[in-house]
Amino acid sequence: MSERLKTEICGIKMNTPILAASGTFGFGEEFADFVDLEKLGGVMVKCITLKPRAGNKGVRITETPAGMLNCIGLENPGVEKFLIEILPRIKNKMNVIVNISGSSVEDYGELAKLLNVDGVAAIELNISCPNVKDGGIIFGTNPKAAAEVTSTAKKFTSKPVIVKLSPNVTDITEIARSVESAGADCISLINTLMGMEININTWKPTLGNITGGLSGGAVKPVAVRMVYQVAQAVKVPVIGMGGICTAADAIEFFLAGASAVAVGTANFANPAVTMEIANDLENYLASRNLNLREIIGQVKI
Amino acid sequence: MLKIFDTEIISNAEVSANIFKLEVAAPELSQIAKAGQFVQVKVSDEFTLRRPLGIASAKNGMVKIFYRVIGKGTEILSTKKTGEHLNILGALGNGFDTNISGRILLVGGGMGLAPLLSVAEKIEADVLMGGKNKSEVDFWIKEFRAEVDRIYITTDDGSFGSLGFVTSLLPEVLEYDNYAAIYTCGPEIMMRSVYKIAEENNLPCYVSLERRMACGLGACLSCSIDTASGRKKVCKDGPIFEARAVFS
Ligand SMILES: Cc1cc2nc3c(=O)[nH]c(=O)nc-3n(C[C@H](O)[C@H](O)[C@H](O)COP(=O)(O)OP(=O)(O)OC[C@H]3O[C@@H](n4cnc5c(N)ncnc54)[C@H](O)[C@@H]3O)c2cc1C
Ligand SMILES: Cc1cc2nc3c(=O)[nH]c(=O)nc-3n(C[C@H](O)[C@H](O)[C@H](O)COP(=O)(O)O)c2cc1C
Ligand code: FES
Repeated sequence: MSERLKTEICGIKMNTPILAASGTFGFGEEFADFVDLEKLGGVMVKCITLKPRAGNKGVRITETPAGMLNCIGLENPGVEKFLIEILPRIKNKMNVIVNISGSSVEDYGELAKLLNVDGVAAIELNISCPNVKDGGIIFGTNPKAAAEVTSTAKKFTSKPVIVKLSPNVTDITEIARSVESAGADCISLINTLMGMEININTWKPTLGNITGGLSGGAVKPVAVRMVYQVAQAVKVPVIGMGGICTAADAIEFFLAGASAVAVGTANFANPAVTMEIANDLENYLASRNLNLREIIGQVKI
Repeated sequence: MLKIFDTEIISNAEVSANIFKLEVAAPELSQIAKAGQFVQVKVSDEFTLRRPLGIASAKNGMVKIFYRVIGKGTEILSTKKTGEHLNILGALGNGFDTNISGRILLVGGGMGLAPLLSVAEKIEADVLMGGKNKSEVDFWIKEFRAEVDRIYITTDDGSFGSLGFVTSLLPEVLEYDNYAAIYTCGPEIMMRSVYKIAEENNLPCYVSLERRMACGLGACLSCSIDTASGRKKVCKDGPIFEARAVFS
């Protein structure tokens, strides 16, 4: 594995700065035919909650111009099943970053405690799911509540705590600063932008949940802007995501200040895309005789 | 092992109004594909998602797909020419059981006949097919003729075969032979009625389901459904399910 791409974030050793974004990559295993999972910086696994959740009813996805809307609604087997059945299967194959969501501050603390086990590289607090009322978005849009969730999770775990921010706010830096001062070890962004599609023949919303989260290429400029703003505002490392499809997209995020990036929706069109991005990134750096570190945050203003 | 295949289009022609038959050269895929499996077709770079389409036939190094043009993706697919390349992810899903002993009755409506053709190619079967009109069943008859012994036909407008739906003719067809099971694919209400009739006749019934899909790999949960044995993903645990597990 190339030295040039190796990196370390909050003590997590990564072979490349390319991660898989939560909810788009299952538990990693589903992509094993296409991806060398060890070559990924980590897999942010599908959101886990205390109790199993069935998710939303009706149509859950629809394609939109250069993107898609989803309202999966945090369907997951619950933390117990994750710990007993899934984690043992995947823990030695990749850096497992567990995305968690709760409906109360206590839920996040409880989940952080239960997941403070061998095989978990870090936890990512999802305080930004726009698709369920109790999916954390109430915490992600209020700086005080976001800080409270962060400090509670920190109290119950020795793992690095990544806080995933929602773009559905007026001032992203306010929340970012707030979770940093509450002890966040890292900030990831962006989660999906809230959106909606209406069928003009039936006059009904396409999605069963009426609204959904927008992801894919269409959100990239918003994500780059927010990563730039957050990287300026905080000292902790930032994991950037939102619409990354190519190494060129990833490089924009590094220049904006991300220390690593995650790829989500692009995995659907090309399940091997993360490997292609890693290779192309390596070539970009090699041809300029640069290390990854030397491009992070180097946008010239 | 799942793979992304770079295939060459051998033909892509309209066989009835807005229905296309696509043939691609895909030697490896045609060998590994099981009856009832599907592929995710990358229509073009402009789309964020692939399009799931059933494998209607897989033999002699060729894979055949039948699709109806219903939206942007299938519309652009229909403009592809012989010689162009098509990026296909497959073969996905579980597929039908083709080790079953005895004759199978295939019951299909419209584009639901596509995965059933791949079954007929592999095992002893008869087919009961339904379509809107003569033109929508004619090309299916041509495809199935070499693969099955008997073809029963219904059309909604009575322009060919019996007037009505497959479910009106099904009880009668079941009297002609001792079928081991019914495999069905088509509109969900049709499949539910087929299942009811199968239950009345104590026949095992398997259905092929359709849900919107993003990954096709069991990762994104776009296609989750409730079944008698818990949550399942249509793309990975299906698309073939025992009808009793999903309809009762
Ligand atoms: C396992 C499986 C096998 C299929 N096999 C066939 C087949 O053999 N022949 C055939 O004609 N059709 C088949 N379909 C349906 C086919 O996938 C859709 O008609 C097609 O995706 C429509 O794409 P579009 O861009 O033209 O339509 P649009 O309506 O523009 O598509 C918008 C989005 O909705 C999705 N979508 C729309 N309709 C359906 C649908 N009925 N099922 C699943 N997703 C849908 C599309 O994939 C796309 O993501 C199958 C579907 C599944 C799930
Ligand atoms: C189908 C789907 C499911 C998702 N599920 C989750 C989730 O469970 N938890 C989470 O924090 N983010 C989830 N996301 C958001 C992604 O992780 C990512 O933040 C977002 O999609 C932007 O990146 P992208 O444009 O590369 O997909 C999901 C996104 C999609 C498309
Ligand atoms: S389409 Fe992604 S899980 Fe079925």
